[in-house]
Amino acid sequence: MHILGISAYYHDSAACLVKDGRIVAAAQEERFTRKKHDHAFPANAIAYCLREGGIGADDLGLVAFYDKPFVKFERILETSLAFAPRGIGTFVKAMPLWLRQKLWIPDLIAGRLGYKGKMVFAEHHESHAASAFFPSPFERAAFLTIDGVGEWATSSWGVGKGNRVRLMSEIIFPHSLGLLYSAFTYFTGFKVNSGEYKLMGLAPYGQPRYVRQIYDHLIDLREDGSFRMNMEYFDYCAGLRMTSPAFERLFGGPPRRPEGPVTEREMDLARSVQAVTEEAVLRMARHVKKQTGEKYLCMAGGVALNCVANAKLLGSGIFEDVWIQPAAGDAGGAVGAAMIAHHHYLGNPAPEKKSGNDLFSGAYLGPSWSDGEISGFLTGNKLPFRRLENGELLDRVAGWLDEGKVIGWFQGRMEFGPRALGGRSIIGDPRRPDMQKRMNLKIKFRESFRPFAPSVLLEEAPDWFETGHESPYMLLVADVKGDKRVAPKPGDEGLQGLQRLETQRSVIPAVTHVDFSARLQTVSAGGNPLYYALIRKFHEKTGCPVIVNTSFNVRGEPIVASPLDAYRCFMRTGMDVLVMGNCVLLKEDQPDQPGLAQPGPHPETKARAGFINDIREDVRGLDLSGRNLRKFGLQTGVLLIALAGFSAFRGKTHPAAFAFAAGGLLAAAGLIMPGALRRICMAWMTAAFCLGWLVSRIILTGLFFLVITPAGLVARFLGKDFLDMDFRGAGADTYWVAKEVRKDNSYEKMY
Amino acid sequence: MGKAAIIAQYFEFLRHNKKWWLLPIVLLLVLLGALIVLTQTSALAPFIYTLF
Repeated sequence: MHILGISAYYHDSAACLVKDGRIVAAAQEERFTRKKHDHAFPANAIAYCLREGGIGADDLGLVAFYDKPFVKFERILETSLAFAPRGIGTFVKAMPLWLRQKLWIPDLIAGRLGYKGKMVFAEHHESHAASAFFPSPFERAAFLTIDGVGEWATSSWGVGKGNRVRLMSEIIFPHSLGLLYSAFTYFTGFKVNSGEYKLMGLAPYGQPRYVRQIYDHLIDLREDGSFRMNMEYFDYCAGLRMTSPAFERLFGGPPRRPEGPVTEREMDLARSVQAVTEEAVLRMARHVKKQTGEKYLCMAGGVALNCVANAKLLGSGIFEDVWIQPAAGDAGGAVGAAMIAHHHYLGNPAPEKKSGNDLFSGAYLGPSWSDGEISGFLTGNKLPFRRLENGELLDRVAGWLDEGKVIGWFQGRMEFGPRALGGRSIIGDPRRPDMQKRMNLKIKFRESFRPFAPSVLLEEAPDWFETGHESPYMLLVADVKGDKRVAPKPGDEGLQGLQRLETQRSVIPAVTHVDFSARLQTVSAGGNPLYYALIRKFHEKTGCPVIVNTSFNVRGEPIVASPLDAYRCFMRTGMDVLVMGNCVLLKEDQPDQPGLAQPGPHPETKARAGFINDIREDVRGLDLSGRNLRKFGLQTGVLLIALAGFSAFRGKTHPAAFAFAAGGLLAAAGLIMPGALRRICMAWMTAAFCLGWLVSRIILTGLFFLVITPAGLVARFLGKDFLDMDFRGAGADTYWVAKEVRKDNSYEKMY
Repeated sequence: MGKAAIIAQYFEFLRHNKKWWLLPIVLLLVLLGALIVLTQTSALAPFIYTLF
């Protein structure tokens, strides 16, 4: 049976197709729409998954959604009640999307997909847990999921065994480790939901001098890893900002402006919140170990992408082994939802896990292009390229790397999850002292304080890094080995802050952070044979089994998906060579201004005010099929004719004649040539959307102040604590809340 | 699942969670939601919105 998993309408929409329990395909919508973290309905990702499975929507046995929309809606309403009259901005911003789309998800999916079968709904953290446990190599394991927020839960733990995952305890909103990290991300001037990894990259520059303040004022972290946050310091419940003025007073001033200089304060804040996060994760893991007695741990949720914390957890030895879902964020929820449908809802047995390998196919679950398709694309667009057989290709690419060239490497299926793992990567020589700066400024167009990740041959990794563990998904850090480090040059010791990056501290400086750590990807011959062979060839040539691997995109843009995306990125950046399949393109051979290489508007400059964005989204979603245009022509035509009759009745003959003529023309065009109404329909509907945007916000504002605010004030006056915000919890031993067991048929419900 | 079934399930949810006190707010929101949903792709939307 085929099951389609969907995650959508929060951030990182994605789809996943599972056949008889095996993941056939998975992809994020952003890769197709080219809109980073696209949260819209994943129509393109779904279309790809169905194509990959060779099926249509009618062949689907089930569609599974990754959360419970009604419960999330309840949380949003109760949060409004808890803070009203504050929070009008959040309410008016959130409600239209809920009222138009999120509450009607089954109807929407049925309509968009043409699917008439059953839908199931898994809980958000249950989806995370399932996405971590079922594809893991373990037959039984504990799991820990930590993110910003799902429905109400922000962290959870439990046990996966056979064909079940069982959530045992959770921590409830607004207390959230993910949102704590995001608050610091915001405060240090990075973008929430995407800049968290920059904060992690900044941490090694700083000192943990704010740790005490964080524990004293912001978070009450218990021995069992459970915690409460002091909401006086945060504004994410009611405001459109993450932190409150009290937070600014505590940390000596306002947040850093995006693109402003990174100061010592930001470095120290980054280091401090990283230290607190690591401590919380370690305490949670110890608690889970104590409660479950399991040998292994699986992890998912956005916080599981913190590879520094992951490495600390693995190194602590609390669990014998840890497996982290590579798409640990919300995109991975699509996988989890499909798994829940397969195992929990349908009762299918546990997958076979004898080999010791995971069942995630190296995360290579996205679309691929054959050599024929790639060369067809290049030939069709008259782009000069050479085709090389594998042996020569690897030899030439390794040689170019050795010469210091930067290469776009586009091979096989696209990765699922935020990391490029040798399918859609930009690669370079890590030994060159200028490589980091060059790739950052000329190719990625981003801040230069973050090091790149190394891809290293699995069997060579222990000689170069302090690691004994595989890291195929780039989810762990490891220190560069002592004998690969180099002594600082005279004068380098005095360098401060970001200048420290300019010091060469190892023989592979492009991938060595200022604390000697590296975000490691180990590459095995079985995992990605071609990528392995390339690094092996580079090793033979240079004696170095490590190459730089960074995602194939520029700042603010999703990773490339297709040959066209790859070519555009290649031409917009300082890359020297592009290798797609066996086709090789050299920058110097490319025509100056081929039409398809015109750089599109930079995705980050496209961010506009909510109004324009909302209207643009609405217009983008318009159905301009012939059938709909005919309906449009007839509806508007008949209405205008009716208005004409009314005007004539009231003696207004001129407007009546005009309305009659316009109505007649629209109706006739609708009947005879609906295609001609395309532009009129777009203009008309754009006006309708603008009017609707305005009217709905006026009504929502009235509703907020006339209904929500009095209800919230009365309830709070009568002692109702909607969000349990009592900091330090009146002496509670733990903040973990036991999870109630629900009946299986609850999967058919949106709650 | 059609829109009517979704609304029915929402009331089931309020009953299951014993949150009837949310009903007045939800009713108003559902009415607004229905208006937005029913008119969002309809060519008649400008005529309906002007009623407000």
